[in-house]
Amino acid sequence: MKTALRLRRFAAPFLVVALTGAPLVALAVDDPAEMLPDPKQEARAEAIGSQLRCLVCQNESIEDSSASLAKDLRKVVREHVAAGESNKQVVDWMVARYGNFIRLSPPVTVATLLLWGMPVLALVTGLLAAFLVFRRRPQVAPLSDAERARLDELTRGR
Amino acid sequence: MSNDISPSDKISPSGRSGGVTRRRVMMGLPLVGAGVCGVAFWKMLAGMQTGSFNPHDINAPVTGRPVPSFTLADQPPGAGFTAADLKALSKPVLINFFASWCIPCIAEMQALLTVQKRLPVWGVAYKDKPDNAAGLLKHAGNPYARIGSDREGRVAIDWGVSGVPESFLIAPGGTIIWHSAAGLDNDEVMAGLDATLKRIGG
Repeated sequence: MKTALRLRRFAAPFLVVALTGAPLVALAVDDPAEMLPDPKQEARAEAIGSQLRCLVCQNESIEDSSASLAKDLRKVVREHVAAGESNKQVVDWMVARYGNFIRLSPPVTVATLLLWGMPVLALVTGLLAAFLVFRRRPQVAPLSDAERARLDELTRGR
Repeated sequence: MSNDISPSDKISPSGRSGGVTRRRVMMGLPLVGAGVCGVAFWKMLAGMQTGSFNPHDINAPVTGRPVPSFTLADQPPGAGFTAADLKALSKPVLINFFASWCIPCIAEMQALLTVQKRLPVWGVAYKDKPDNAAGLLKHAGNPYARIGSDREGRVAIDWGVSGVPESFLIAPGGTIIWHSAAGLDNDEVMAGLDATLKRIGG
């Protein structure tokens, strides 16, 4: 028990670093030569790229992935950023080729309405359920005349 | 929701049954929800099994569009081509992205050799060394009437290619009318191509 506690105390900082620090480190592109010379533009390219899905690994952004297609797409993003395009223009360029699937955060459309609406829907449903449950606490019906008479009869002996 | 009348409404005696029924409804709702989710999940898994549903499908919105503008250099033993070449065609053509380093592409070659008896197949060597691509075609047979080289893989991005092999059916006039991100050695993919060819009378 005591060793477990100690272990937890020591493990906690490592976990914190691993869980918060690692993704930041992993976001850097593989090869520094890929990066744009202007740090502002590079930051913008990384922000765009981290919102674009790697189509090979599918659950990683192109900034995280080391797949060759991801590398090519990173390069495309940086070319467009260096050419002075807005974030929206770059994303639109990608969506035109690969569809909304390439966006890690999908836009609100008819198909994604349920996805985006789910938090509100869940909250409303929960509140409604809670309201219905608490409004109607189980109420004890008043005794009927017959019941009252029987109760009197039973308790009379005491 | 509260208007739902469950069968228990009728069985239970009136009077104090109201609270009980509501409680039963409240207890039943999660079960119904779980049931609905279960059926939906089962359908999804069944679709994945038969191949009618694939959650990894990218569904690049390429069909119904004109081919993107591009120019491809020659890949021996074939001659390269451009978007203008595709737009000038009066018969359908199948564009196939391949690479010598791609095992599924090599597996697909036999199917492509069969397809090229029905309609011309033009190849695009994706991120491949020209020597390696030529070596593959020498070894496995060459199904391509023309072959372009996309060494940088940039033309493939304009086509919405996510990984080789990928095939596009181009209708006369240069419109993409069918697309598959899987090899043609798959029966379902082949059936899709057949159906599309029949539809345009090719």
